[in-house]
Amino acid sequence: MITLNHYLILAALLFCIGIFGVIVRRNILIILMSIELMLSAVNLVFIAFSRYLGGLDGHVWVFMVLTVAAAEAAVGLGIIVAVFRNKETVYVDEVKELKG
Amino acid sequence: MNPILFYTFGGLAVVTALLMVTRQNPIASALWLVVNFFAFAALFALLSAHFIAVIQILLYAGAIMVLFIFVIMLLNLREEEIKPRQLQFSGLLGGGLVIYLIVLLVLGLLKIPAAPFEASTEGFGYVAPVGRLLFTKYLIPFELTSVLLLVAIVGSVVMGKRKL
Repeated sequence: MITLNHYLILAALLFCIGIFGVIVRRNILIILMSIELMLSAVNLVFIAFSRYLGGLDGHVWVFMVLTVAAAEAAVGLGIIVAVFRNKETVYVDEVKELKG
Repeated sequence: MNPILFYTFGGLAVVTALLMVTRQNPIASALWLVVNFFAFAALFALLSAHFIAVIQILLYAGAIMVLFIFVIMLLNLREEEIKPRQLQFSGLLGGGLVIYLIVLLVLGLLKIPAAPFEASTEGFGYVAPVGRLLFTKYLIPFELTSVLLLVAIVGSVVMGKRKL
C-alpha cells in the first residue's frame, strides 16, 4: 500500500541529492543540473498532494515551475557560455574575483 | 498505486540522481539526468497526472536536456580540463550536512500518520481539466508566465552576445 508519505520521503531524498550536488560539486554544469533535479523533486510533492487532495491546482503550479525551470536553464547556460568565453573554465572555485 | 511500480521507478530515480551528481564527465551526468527525468515522468503517471508526465518528457528530457548537452558540446572541454575528483574539507562538510538533513527529514516524515490515497475521479489529470483551470482560475499567473519567458529570451540574448 503506497501512501502519500512514501512519495514525500522519495521527494525529500531526491531534493537532498540535489542539494548535495549543489554543495559538493565544483562543475557549474552539474550544479545547474542539480538545481533542475531539485525543481523536479518539488514538482513530485505538488503532484502527490494534488492527487491526495483530489484537486488539479497542483498540476497548474507544476506547469509554472516547469516554465521557471526552462527560463532558468536558458539564462543559466547563457551565463556559463559567457563565463567560459572570458575565463576558460567551468569550475566555480576558479571564478573568485569578488572574493577580494 | 502499484507498490512494485512505485519502488521500481522510485529506486531508479534515486540511483540515477546519485549517478548524476557523482559522474566526473558532464555529458555522463546529463545522460543520467535524462533517465532520471523519465523515472520522474513514470512517477507522475502513477499519480494519474498524465498531462504533467507528458510535459515532463517533452520539456525536461526533450528541450532542457538538449540545451544542456548542446552547451556542453559547444564548450568542448578537453580531457585534461576535466579535473579529477579531490577530497576537500568543504565537500566532506557538505556531504555530512546533507546526510544529516536526509535523516532529519525522513524521521520527521515517518512521524506523521500514513495518509492513503483515495480512488481518483474519472478524468483526473487529463489535459482538458488542467487547461480549463489554467484559463479560468489561474489566468493571471498564466499570462505573467509570458513576461517571464520574454525576460528569459532577452536575458539569454544579452548573455550570449559578444558585444551589444
